[in-house]
Amino acid sequence: MSTTTAQPVVKEKRESIFSKKNRKLLTDPLDGNNPVTVQILGVCSALAVTVKLEPAFWMSVGLTFVTAFSNLFISVLRNTIPSRIRIIVQLAIVSLFVILVDQILKAYVYDISKTLSVFVGLIITNCIVMGRLEAFAMANKPIPSFIDGIGNGLGYGLILMVLAFFREILGSGSLFGFKIFEAAGIPFIGNGVMMIPAGAAILIGLLIWAQRARNGYRETE
Amino acid sequence: MNKLKEVLHRLRPEFNKGGKYEKLRSTFDAIDTFLFVPGHTTHGGTHIKDGIDLKRTMFTVVIAMIPALLFGIWNVGYQHFRALGIESTLLENMIEGSIVVLPIVAVSYIVGLAVEFIFAQIRGHQVNEGFLVTGMLIPLCLPPSIPLWMVGVATAFTVVVCKEVFGGTGMNLLNPALTARVFLFFAYPAYMAGEYLSNGDFLWVAANRNDAVDGFSGATSLSLYGEGKVATASMWEMFVGLEQGSIGETSVLAILIGALILILTGIGSWRIIASVFIGGFAMGLMMNSLNSGLHLNNIYMAANPLSHLLMGGFAFGAVYMATDPVSAAQTNIGKIYYGLLIGAFTVILRVWNPAYPEGMMLAILLFNVLAPLIDYFVIDSNKKRRLARVK
Repeated sequence: MSTTTAQPVVKEKRESIFSKKNRKLLTDPLDGNNPVTVQILGVCSALAVTVKLEPAFWMSVGLTFVTAFSNLFISVLRNTIPSRIRIIVQLAIVSLFVILVDQILKAYVYDISKTLSVFVGLIITNCIVMGRLEAFAMANKPIPSFIDGIGNGLGYGLILMVLAFFREILGSGSLFGFKIFEAAGIPFIGNGVMMIPAGAAILIGLLIWAQRARNGYRETE
Repeated sequence: MNKLKEVLHRLRPEFNKGGKYEKLRSTFDAIDTFLFVPGHTTHGGTHIKDGIDLKRTMFTVVIAMIPALLFGIWNVGYQHFRALGIESTLLENMIEGSIVVLPIVAVSYIVGLAVEFIFAQIRGHQVNEGFLVTGMLIPLCLPPSIPLWMVGVATAFTVVVCKEVFGGTGMNLLNPALTARVFLFFAYPAYMAGEYLSNGDFLWVAANRNDAVDGFSGATSLSLYGEGKVATASMWEMFVGLEQGSIGETSVLAILIGALILILTGIGSWRIIASVFIGGFAMGLMMNSLNSGLHLNNIYMAANPLSHLLMGGFAFGAVYMATDPVSAAQTNIGKIYYGLLIGAFTVILRVWNPAYPEGMMLAILLFNVLAPLIDYFVIDSNKKRRLARVK
């Protein structure tokens, strides 16, 4: 794991929201320090919700929202939380946002919320959320924490969308529910492996392979 | 041939380091060693009695598969004419079978070798002969009506995901040919199980149901038992292979000839082959006694244990796939446990899980994964025994 994001930002001077450091917080999790393909976190939900693009999109939005705001609030409270009960405090705040996301999805995109079923609720235990709180928000100021949350949510979302893109186009022959092969008049036979989580696991593996080949990343002791 | 050898010899410097075509070295090497015996000899005091290398090993396995392949080709033709209700000669059967089977074999080899060459080229490895066996096993374990593009997709998948990801020949965790089959089984279940394809072709017979004679059934013995019916083929037909099924799996007789070649040359482990059969037979007996003891009246459980060994891919898997030296258990005692468990699990999966009519494939893959664990326990118990002796 590269150590850039875990370092506390210890700068007395007020820095702008768009400083180089903050931009790095946003872009690092997209590639070099991706929560799914590099840190191997949140894989369970990445296998579960990526059969189609639409649920994967809402899941990404939901998780980005939860990570960003729980990072922000934990960071605000970081100096007042007794360290022995910090996990339970974190959980309380995370679950607040998860319930919010769940209710909003139920109210506005009910079908998607039914497809996502338990996995929205399980964001509470998502390792990415807990990991960012512990590794970043507890030691950093609110604004960088908020940006870090958005960055990691987007990094997770990016992988979800890539997985869902391949799974939906190879498995169902559609994109966002639009049957492109049918529309183009090309005969299409859905690949069943892409519809089962095992296919997603293989795809994540191939994705990690491609990323490591490009970045030259090696697992270190 | 000598001319060709001279040409290759003259070209060699161009492909060595610093030569004009240095980048294509592994491709050149592969062609050279495929055609001729490698020129390099051992140096120093080696004690090798028989220089049996990967190429000879692989070739022996390919030769051992020839009886199954030839019978498979004949049977595809025979079943084709039987479905149409036409009397046919041996030659007609062979020709009709070749038309169906050889393209599948060709696609498997072309796609597989192409992927292998690309990887060897990129990684600077030598292309080795590992794929010769896999490329033949893949067609033999597929139904004759499988679309050719599916064969290509599955072959590319297995070479990349099952072999190259783990480091190439000799490094794979699972049997590559079975990985190709299991990929197709889960990716396109309609083309790997059942009786008909959507266009009306029989899956296990190269014919269309509209052309078939009345009363001709495209069901295999396994699928009949899976539906709770007794298989129509007699024991003798199952043994000789006069039934429908994957191309190379039907004839236990042809497979046993192959087994004999493998055992006599010492390439296939007789421990594995024998123990798979024993494990399957024992579990079949156990099913029988469970069925009669508990009055379950389950036709599949009451099936003759021998028929389990003759039906479907049991013999084919036991002889050609479970014995794969890379993915099988390595210790001699471990091989026996490995075989017994594969045989027993095959029968369990067949009888108790109607979703998977062919238990052999999943049983072998399961114990491919568990083989290192079996070896671990065998070595561990050996250590304990010897330590106890010292004390």
